[in-house]
Amino acid sequence: MFNMSLPEYYQELVSDLQTKFGDAIVEVISYQGDVTVRVSLENIHDVLVYLKEQHRFIYMGDIAATDRFTSEDRFEVLYNIISLKAQKRFFVKTRCSEENPVLPTSIDIWPAANWLEREAFDMLGIQFEGHPDLRRLFMPEDFNYYPLRKEFPLLGIPGSIELPRTTPDVKA
Amino acid sequence: MEHSVKNVKIVEKGQPLFFKEHQESLYKSLEDKHTTIEFSDDDPLGTRMILNMGPQHPATHGVLRVLLELDGETILKNRLDVGYLHRGVEKIAENKTYQEFMPYTDRMDYLSPYASNVAWCLAVEKLAQITIPERAQYIRMIGSELARISSHLLWLGAMVMDSGAISMFIWTFREREKIYDIFDQLAGHRFTVSHSRIGGVAFDINDSTIKMIRDFSANLKKEIKDWNKLLAKNRIFFDRNNGIGPITTENAIALGLTGAGLRATGIAYDVRKFAPYLKYNEVEFEVPTRLEGDNLARYYVRMEELSQAVRIIDQCLDKLPKGPIRVDDAKKAYPSKDEVYYSMEGLIHDFMMTDTGVCPPEGVSCFHSIEASKGELGYYIESDGTGHPWRVKIKSPSLTNLQVLEHVLDGQMVADTVVLIGGLDPVMGDADK
Repeated sequence: MFNMSLPEYYQELVSDLQTKFGDAIVEVISYQGDVTVRVSLENIHDVLVYLKEQHRFIYMGDIAATDRFTSEDRFEVLYNIISLKAQKRFFVKTRCSEENPVLPTSIDIWPAANWLEREAFDMLGIQFEGHPDLRRLFMPEDFNYYPLRKEFPLLGIPGSIELPRTTPDVKA
Repeated sequence: MEHSVKNVKIVEKGQPLFFKEHQESLYKSLEDKHTTIEFSDDDPLGTRMILNMGPQHPATHGVLRVLLELDGETILKNRLDVGYLHRGVEKIAENKTYQEFMPYTDRMDYLSPYASNVAWCLAVEKLAQITIPERAQYIRMIGSELARISSHLLWLGAMVMDSGAISMFIWTFREREKIYDIFDQLAGHRFTVSHSRIGGVAFDINDSTIKMIRDFSANLKKEIKDWNKLLAKNRIFFDRNNGIGPITTENAIALGLTGAGLRATGIAYDVRKFAPYLKYNEVEFEVPTRLEGDNLARYYVRMEELSQAVRIIDQCLDKLPKGPIRVDDAKKAYPSKDEVYYSMEGLIHDFMMTDTGVCPPEGVSCFHSIEASKGELGYYIESDGTGHPWRVKIKSPSLTNLQVLEHVLDGQMVADTVVLIGGLDPVMGDADK
C-alpha cells in the first residue's frame, strides 16, 4: 500500500494498523524521523485505544490542533504519544470540518488530554465530545472568538473583552 | 437580619466584578468536581469556605490562581485557573520569521531562556534539515546545562523559602548571579540571552568565559555539598516535605507529568536519553530517579540533576572542538559580520536572512523536544514553504505539570499548597504561552 522506507519498528506498527483498520489509515507520513499516520475521523478513537492497549503508547505527549484554512476538513488534530516500553514517539492525526468541528474525547484513554483538549477548544474552537469539563483554558469565558483561527487578526478585536477596572473597589 | 448561611451554592458565594461568565463557570466547575462523592450540604459551623489563592500571591510563583474549597484546613477540592500571563506567542510565531520568533522563546520559560532558545532552534533546524557544526553543538549544551542549573537554583531557593527558610534563597541567588555574569560574557545579555541562532550560535566562547565556567562549576560542587548538609538531614525541612503531595507512578504517566516530578516516581524518562539531541550521546551522565513520588523525592532528584549538569558541563569543556560556530551557507544561517561588512554578497545575504530567513520545504511538519529544566519542552512546527511558520504548537512542561497539581492538591492541607507548587516548579510564562 505505502511503499515508504520506515524504520523497522514503525514499519511493523504501521502495517499492523493497516491490517487491523484497513482504509481508515488514510495516509502515512514520514519526515525527519517523525512518523505520522492520518486516520479517518470515524476511527480515531478506536485507533488511539488500540495503540494504547496493544502497542503500549501509555504516555501522552501533546495534542496540537491546526487551522489548515481550507474549505474541506479545515481543522487537523495531532496526537503526540509515547511508548516508554519501546522508547518511541508516534504521531496520529485526524481532520474535522469547519461546520462540525467535533472529535471524540481521549480523556478516557489518557487523562492528560484534559487540559490539552481544553486548549485546542480555547484556541481553535474544536469541540471534544464527552469531555467532562470543556471550558476555555487561557482566555476567559466571556471571550467569543477563537484566536488561533487564521481569520482572527494578530492585533485582536478591540472591545471584544471587558477589562477589569483599574480601581476595583469603586462601584461602577 | 436573616442568618441563613446554610445550603449556599458555591456559585452564589463568589460575586465576580469582571469576566463574569468566566468566573461563574470556574466556580461552577469547582462545584461540579467529584460530584459522585456525596457531601452533606448542611454546614452548621461554617467550616467550609471558598478560598481564592492568587493570581497575585507570592507563593504561586507568578500569576497562578488556585481556587480552593476548604473544610477547615483541608482542601476538599480545587480548580486551577491559568492564562493570566497568556500572550499568544503561538499566534505571534505565525507572523514572524523563524529567527525573529526566537527572542519570544526567552520570555516563555524565563528562568532558563537559553534552553528555550536551543529548543526552538533545534526544531527549526530539524524542519529545514540543517546540520550545525560540532563546536556550536557543544556551546549550546554548555548553555543549556547552565540554564538548567540556573533554573534549579531558583527552584531550590524558592522551594526552601516556601517551606520556611529565607536565607537559602539568598545563597542560591549568589550562585545564579555568577551564571548571569557568565551569560553576559557568552551572549552579551544577562537574562534573556537569545544566544542561539538558526544554524549555530551568535558568538564564540572565549578563554576567559571558559575559565569563568570552570571556576563556577568547581565552586558549585562545594556549594551543593553544603546545601545537602544543610537540608537533607534538616528535621524541619524533611518533615515539611516528606510524604507531601505523593503521586503514584500510574497517575504520573496517565496525567502526563514530566521532568523531575515524573522521575521522582520511578520513571527514568529523560529526552536526553530517550531521543538524544546535540551531543548528549557523547557525554556521560545519569538520570536520577526516586520511587516515593512525594515532594522530598522531587527535591532529591533535582539536587542530583544539579550535580549531573555540572558533570556534563565539565565534559563539554574538555571535549570542546575547534571549528566554526555557524553553518557556512547563506540560505541556512546568517553570514559572519566580517562578511557583511567587507563583501557585497555578505550584505545581501544578511538582508535576505533578516527579511525572509530560512524557508523549510512546503507542507512538512515536525516535532522536536528537549529536556528543559522543567521537563519535556517541545515545538511542533508546520511549514508552508515561506519564511513564516504556518503553525507552531508549544508543548510546555509547566502546563502539563500544573494539570497534575490539580489532581494532587485534593485532600492536602492548605498550607501545603505553597510547598507543593514550589516542589512542582511551574513557570507561568511557560504554562500560559
